[in-house]
Amino acid sequence: MNRFVWPLVAVIALLVFLVMGLRHGDPRALPSPFIGKPAPQFELPTLKNPEVTIGTNTMAGNYALVNVWATWCVMCRAEHPFLLELAANKAIPIYGINWRDSRLEAIRWLDDLGDPYLASAYDEDGRVGIDWGVYGAPETFLVDPDGIVVYKHLGPLDPVVWQREFVSRMSGGGQAQ
Amino acid sequence: MKRLFAVVATVLLVSSAFAIDEGKRFDDPEMQARYEKLISEVRCLQCQNQSIKDSNVSLAADLRREIARMIDEGQTDDEIAEFLVVRYGEFALYSPRKTGKTLVLWLVPFLLVLFGGYALLRVLKHRMSLPIGDDTEQ
Repeated sequence: MNRFVWPLVAVIALLVFLVMGLRHGDPRALPSPFIGKPAPQFELPTLKNPEVTIGTNTMAGNYALVNVWATWCVMCRAEHPFLLELAANKAIPIYGINWRDSRLEAIRWLDDLGDPYLASAYDEDGRVGIDWGVYGAPETFLVDPDGIVVYKHLGPLDPVVWQREFVSRMSGGGQAQ
Repeated sequence: MKRLFAVVATVLLVSSAFAIDEGKRFDDPEMQARYEKLISEVRCLQCQNQSIKDSNVSLAADLRREIARMIDEGQTDDEIAEFLVVRYGEFALYSPRKTGKTLVLWLVPFLLVLFGGYALLRVLKHRMSLPIGDDTEQ
């Protein structure tokens, strides 16, 4: 009898690890190394006006969303109505990083679909995307008033994700602006 | 036979057309070797089971360009690895660095081999102590 105990323990331990692995959710979602750290500094021309620049400093003082998007990104189109809703409700200031895109097409996209962003930075060559550890649009960062990255979401935003992952992380409900 | 040869030759030629733009060419062969090695050890985060050397998605191209730039600027391999880990986490490197959290990854296989060896030895010793011809164990 005794000789079965250790193999049994080993098998159970293995099963526990396998189940934990399965429950991990989206295997593509990596933990962002920026959580709890200051948002990476950047300074880029805005999408609509190349003369004006925006950067990390622009967002300081409030909770803010930094949404990485592009016109070639299918899921960005899917989340766009929800971003518009957030903007209409003044839920939180939303900044965009237009990532590896064409300026003309991106502006046309905003004209056609509506513009939820206070401003979008135009990251033509993906340099700032790398600094932010972006590897697939859409990605959305929640930055706190001190400029610390609180959360990062990979994939489209929707009301459920918003309530569960974002609102719960903002003290004071995040009524900003 | 000739036909077969022609077909094989065509297939081989066509496949070379799929090769990914290696991007940067360094004048210094040593730098070129470092570049090739580094890009084959960085995971493509968009496709995850390819290195950025094997992938032609946009992010892989961006990262190859950044790595080439850093080599040009004279940064060491460790500095380049650090650049990637700060942004994308240890997961970005195919061969995790031998420090901190990843040390356990390197040590566990050796510990398992040691443990297995010990267990094997004990079982063998036990069997040796049994009378010859008794394979039933107990």
